[in-house]
Amino acid sequence: MKTKALKAAWPHTLPICVGFLFLGMSYGFLMRSKGFSFLYPMLMSLFIFAGSMEFVTVSLLLSAFNPAYAFFLALMVNARHLFYGISMLGKYKNIGWKKAYLAYGLCDESFTINCTVEPPPGVDKGWFYFFVTLLNQIYWVSGATLGALLGYVAHFDATGIEFVMTALFVVMFMNQWGETTQHRPALTGLACSLLSLLLFGAETFILPAMALIVLCLSLNRIEIKGAKKP
Amino acid sequence: MTTLQKCITVVAVVLGTALTRFLPFFLFPEGKTPPKYISYLGSVLPYAVIGFLVVYSLKDVAVSPFHGLPEIISILFIAVLHKWRKNTLLSIGAGTALYMYLVQVWFR
Repeated sequence: MKTKALKAAWPHTLPICVGFLFLGMSYGFLMRSKGFSFLYPMLMSLFIFAGSMEFVTVSLLLSAFNPAYAFFLALMVNARHLFYGISMLGKYKNIGWKKAYLAYGLCDESFTINCTVEPPPGVDKGWFYFFVTLLNQIYWVSGATLGALLGYVAHFDATGIEFVMTALFVVMFMNQWGETTQHRPALTGLACSLLSLLLFGAETFILPAMALIVLCLSLNRIEIKGAKKP
Repeated sequence: MTTLQKCITVVAVVLGTALTRFLPFFLFPEGKTPPKYISYLGSVLPYAVIGFLVVYSLKDVAVSPFHGLPEIISILFIAVLHKWRKNTLLSIGAGTALYMYLVQVWFR
């Protein structure tokens, strides 16, 4: 039962494998270039297992100690998982103990596969989802660890490598932009964050930005509802 | 930061992240449907958060010595390249390489 599910799952994860090794390696290499032991990217990729937040955590570790701020920042940057979880309530039903791991490993990529791919007939869905999630996590942790180890042997000027995070977000933004004709949520995110950054400055703009985003999106919903009424 | 403080910071991030992943399954056990407002936020928030992350990753450029010029050049390059080839890894790799070249050779 397990081998069958593994065989059905792994082809779907191949593109993720390439992407995760590449991004994971640049993340591990970035941490090493900032002076962290390879244990940091290895354990962080294993336990946090949320790519964008791990990049953000690099800058957190390089600034003043403030765990409450780190906690709330993680909550907000990862708030989208709440909605992945809500979308997967139905699919992750009746699969026993594996549900706990599936919830823990619910990253963007595992969500995308498990949300859009139906396990083939005769394949146990619980194990299928489990292997998709597990393989993705193995790719990510391996990439991050390899990247950091590479940082010990490869000595070149890595100034500017942190831009990989900006590049990742810009490309994700464009990919999402192409997925939909409804651009208001994306523009709301950009505009509210920019406005908060200008008003509050780089140190404290995150909370007001998030509050403003939720407020604007909620107002937009009332507007959509109002427009639908005859 | 000391090593202990670093570990506490990482644990705080782990807890925050895990909470976002486990909460829906606790709040809505099998057979319970979430309210419409939550489902609406679920459909729009992923887009808005990426917009936020773009700004977040650029939050310090205004005070940098070149006021974001290498960032602007690299982002324009990524936008054009990505529009043209639509290859996520190529765009990220080439964009980062260009930025590293710019800040190491031209803007230093």
